[in-house]
Amino acid sequence: MSIAETPATVETPNKPKPAVESPLRRFAAEFLESRVAAGALLMLGLIISLAALAPWITPQNPYDLAQVDVLDSRLPPGTKSSSGAYTHWLGTDGAGRDLVSAMIYGLRISLLVGAASGLIAMVIGTVVGMTAAYAGGRTETLIMRVVDLQLSFPAILLALMLIAVLGKGIDKIIIALVTVQWAYYARTVRGTALVEARKEYVEAARCLGLSSARILFKHIGPNCMAPLIVVATVQTAHAIALEATLSFLGVGLPQTEPSLGLLISNGFEYMLSHKYWISFFPGLVLLITIVIINLVGDQLRDVLNPRLKK
Amino acid sequence: MLRAVRNWCLAVVVALFVAPATAQELKIGLASEPSAMDPHFHNLTPNNSLLSHVFERLVETDPSNKLIPGLAESWKILDGNIWEFKLRAGVKWHDGSAFTADDVIFTFERAPNVPNSPSSFATSTKGKTLKKIDDLTLQFSTPGPYPLLANDLSNVLIVSRKTGEGAKTEDYNSGKAAVGTGPFKFASFTPGDKIEMVRNPDYWGTKAAFEKITFKPIKAGPARVAALLAGDVDIIEDVPTADIERLKKEPRIALSQGVSRRVIYFHLDQFRDETPFIKAKDGGAIKNPLRDKRVRQALSKAINRDAIVSRVMEGVALPASQFLADQFFGVSAKLKPVAFDLEGARKLLAEAGYPNGFKMTMHGPNGRYTNDVKIIEAVAQMFTRAGIETSIETLPPAVFFSRASAGAGGLPEFSFILVGWSADTGETSGSLKPLVGTFDKDKGTGSANRGRYSNPALDAMIAEAQATVDDGKRAGILAQAVEIAIDDVAIIPSHYPINTWGTRKGLKITPRADEYTFVMGVTKE
Amino acid sequence: MTAFILRRLMQSVGVVLVMSLIVFFGVHVVGDPVYLLINPQADQKDIEAAIRALGLDRPIWEQYWHFMKGAASGDLGRSFIFGEPALKVITQRMPATIELALAAIAMAVVIGIPLGLYAGLKPDARLSKGIMAASIVGFSLPTFWVGLMLIMVFAVILGWLPSTGRGTTASFLGVSSSLFTRDGLAHIALPALNLALLKISLVIRLTRAGTREAIHQDYIKFARAKGLPDRRVIGVHLLKNILIPVVTVLGLEFGNLVAFSVVTETIFSWPGMGKLLIQAIQSLDRPVIVAYLILIVLMFVIINLVVDILYSILDPRVRLGEGSA
Repeated sequence: MSIAETPATVETPNKPKPAVESPLRRFAAEFLESRVAAGALLMLGLIISLAALAPWITPQNPYDLAQVDVLDSRLPPGTKSSSGAYTHWLGTDGAGRDLVSAMIYGLRISLLVGAASGLIAMVIGTVVGMTAAYAGGRTETLIMRVVDLQLSFPAILLALMLIAVLGKGIDKIIIALVTVQWAYYARTVRGTALVEARKEYVEAARCLGLSSARILFKHIGPNCMAPLIVVATVQTAHAIALEATLSFLGVGLPQTEPSLGLLISNGFEYMLSHKYWISFFPGLVLLITIVIINLVGDQLRDVLNPRLKK
Repeated sequence: MLRAVRNWCLAVVVALFVAPATAQELKIGLASEPSAMDPHFHNLTPNNSLLSHVFERLVETDPSNKLIPGLAESWKILDGNIWEFKLRAGVKWHDGSAFTADDVIFTFERAPNVPNSPSSFATSTKGKTLKKIDDLTLQFSTPGPYPLLANDLSNVLIVSRKTGEGAKTEDYNSGKAAVGTGPFKFASFTPGDKIEMVRNPDYWGTKAAFEKITFKPIKAGPARVAALLAGDVDIIEDVPTADIERLKKEPRIALSQGVSRRVIYFHLDQFRDETPFIKAKDGGAIKNPLRDKRVRQALSKAINRDAIVSRVMEGVALPASQFLADQFFGVSAKLKPVAFDLEGARKLLAEAGYPNGFKMTMHGPNGRYTNDVKIIEAVAQMFTRAGIETSIETLPPAVFFSRASAGAGGLPEFSFILVGWSADTGETSGSLKPLVGTFDKDKGTGSANRGRYSNPALDAMIAEAQATVDDGKRAGILAQAVEIAIDDVAIIPSHYPINTWGTRKGLKITPRADEYTFVMGVTKE
Repeated sequence: MTAFILRRLMQSVGVVLVMSLIVFFGVHVVGDPVYLLINPQADQKDIEAAIRALGLDRPIWEQYWHFMKGAASGDLGRSFIFGEPALKVITQRMPATIELALAAIAMAVVIGIPLGLYAGLKPDARLSKGIMAASIVGFSLPTFWVGLMLIMVFAVILGWLPSTGRGTTASFLGVSSSLFTRDGLAHIALPALNLALLKISLVIRLTRAGTREAIHQDYIKFARAKGLPDRRVIGVHLLKNILIPVVTVLGLEFGNLVAFSVVTETIFSWPGMGKLLIQAIQSLDRPVIVAYLILIVLMFVIINLVVDILYSILDPRVRLGEGSA
């Protein structure tokens, strides 16, 4: 995935700004200029609070095996459970989990996996990429060869190795995804930083005698933000989808604590048998979530682009 | 630009002519891919099943796994240690040369010695000395009485000495050495893609009903079903249980089902004083409760086998009471599946000193057996309801089997596992000896005994059965041995899967207990 | 330039070495393939014999040393599963994968560039917004799910296209490929589309961004001022300039498609390298995994090298040397 290479573009017309404003307020105002983005942000907030409040708003705890009954498996939407305790508005999956509950809990795991792996990979990748760009020479060569190595290493093999050594779990999947993804960030950041480093303002900063670290993080860093956010939104979405794929290949999350991706992959085998709800609803929620993350990310990119600031 | 796109789309649509298969041609969607065309390279079901179309055995098995004459017309036991086989006269290899006893002798020299073989046929050929009496008569001798000799021979495909001499696995893959006596001739093998065969017009037996057959490996279950529904293949094996209900309603499709010689069961750690994956409710260490027979019985009672069969297996399985389903040799007629009894299970646990249960992690493979993960999950629910707080860890087969067989220190690593066992001999000694016989490398017993259950009385009975040539007597001993093992809860059987094949309407395939897919068993209606 | 290429090739030898070490020891840690491959009926002695036959009884460093000795003379070992040389097993399946990757890239270009151009030229049109929203869908749904959906719609319900497998091949100019037959094209359409979805999104985004940037640049304004028709301005002047990043990215993406079309090939039973890799990983066929990843790492090193050289030719400001590793 090299959407990273997308050159940052100037997208919003420069409107005259009020004279005095705190940076945060200016940022908020700029962000909310687009109504779509504002809506997306609202939805994102809603989704995150849904996920955070999962234990209080779901009818069932889908991770508690004592509450899940295989006798209630594969019930179509709107059926009452055998014990009469719940109505399964969106049906149940192959193990008898209530889909509404499982999806809200699953959303939580998917968001956690996506955000955690995205953030950690971004931090590692940015630091490594900037270091490479700034240090040059042997350090850069070494780093870039490690990036080559990483990009040619299949995620499934890595996940399998981690399972063999550490066992299954959310933390292991995050480790696997970070290991796979940091290289994309490193490559992007290094590329952008190299371009920036040749620009006059860096030259000027050097002449002023500023320290390398200061130039790197205070001057070059912010200018790498726009492409970085593009990669970050795409990679977060990609991380969630990749986790689903790993689960599908049997090296993903534990079966009793399904994420949205695992729910989809569990529903895969029912797709031809007219039991559409098992993978359709989780798929729909995943799709909406990712579209929203991307809409927010696109706007963030535009707003944070320092070249737009007058 | 748009016009270009439209033109391109049109071109694709025009290209969509798929030639319908002729009636003389048959396409089969396989669930797993054979690794080689060398019949002695890899002793595993996908290879053995496919190559049975080109090569044949001295002794064959019918769909219910009973022995029937193959390239050997008849056989008799001279004394307990020597068996005489009369070979079929007039059988020709695909290259025209005649089949003789020399080919059999060559086969038994070659089969155990194929270089780089990951699973050798030595398992079936060892301990047998061959003596040629004349071109069509052979004697096999064993060091002691060995009633399973004919069963062993029903695993070994016979190759021609003329083409097989010095031939390597590559030579079979390329077709150079792939010369058999079977109803089909090898045509081509494109790894990962397809295997093609054509009818052998000079076959000695019933000639094949199809001119050309093509096997295509389609690993993903739903994709295999889709290929059948789309008409890209005529037959598929291993129809996923999830799709059976729907396919039954499909007018274009017919299903064939038969119970398998496989049992899905649980193995329990019965050799460690403290077992690594069982803890007290508060997380503290406790003595291994699985060594207490009452706990084992409680676990068995806590499993709702009917629910597993109806809800997880969607009706395509039978609740299991022992190692093999009722119609096989050496089973006990007395045993019935243990009834689901939650109260009884709790009572037994309390009697054994665990009124509040304990904590356990159950392990199993994901993607090795039909619905394995779902079964594990369902049983974990059932145990949790009985008071045993069960968590599950399903592992990729690559990780699971090596740790379950020889983990840290070369010992089975887990406390409670779900596994399956297919009795290749089609009778119960093939299950008893490896699964519940005492683990003993020199005697070769207990080789798959991942719970290390050990009972000297049972070992003695298995050994006795193995040296009893008389079928009736042997069946009696085996049935008794099975009863001892099940009464002692050496393993906890869950269910016998039912295998399902799907065909397009107008075709019928005879289901086989060994899960082999034979075009010879396909008839046109 | 020569010195640069030589140095880079030397570095890649190091990368290959590290890769072989990681994979060799990594797969060893996962487990022992014999317990997967052997017939369950085998007794303890048979199992030991199989372990010996595959050379797995020796200490791991000794196995690695043995492998390195072989590798020095071009022998990367024999597949545990197929019994044939690992390199042969891989190269046998390479044409199928390459043609699938080519078809997917072609689709990405043919579909992605016009849509991206449109979205870039008319950023405020409803259709453009729709295109951009749809492009997000392209990379948010798991491949396996989309793949089965495609099979269901086009093969099962509509019956237009075959569901799985590769079509018949034909030879053209000495190259044997299923792209030259009608049956072959019908078979490749769905798996290529499944692979292409993600790349289409990518191309749309790249083209749109490039267009938006270029449209305000002087050479386009000049071309328009000169009175050239819109068709020519867009078709020649604009396209030529935005194609450079698109081609670069697609070059790298092509490498990715060749290396890791694992899921698509599995769902569509495409007899290529991706399906082989997943099978090899799932059954711990170490020789195949090691050989495969060595080939892949080499391929990526070469693609990156070519990209760097191309850049230096296209943009004289980029100097080749330590700096542009």
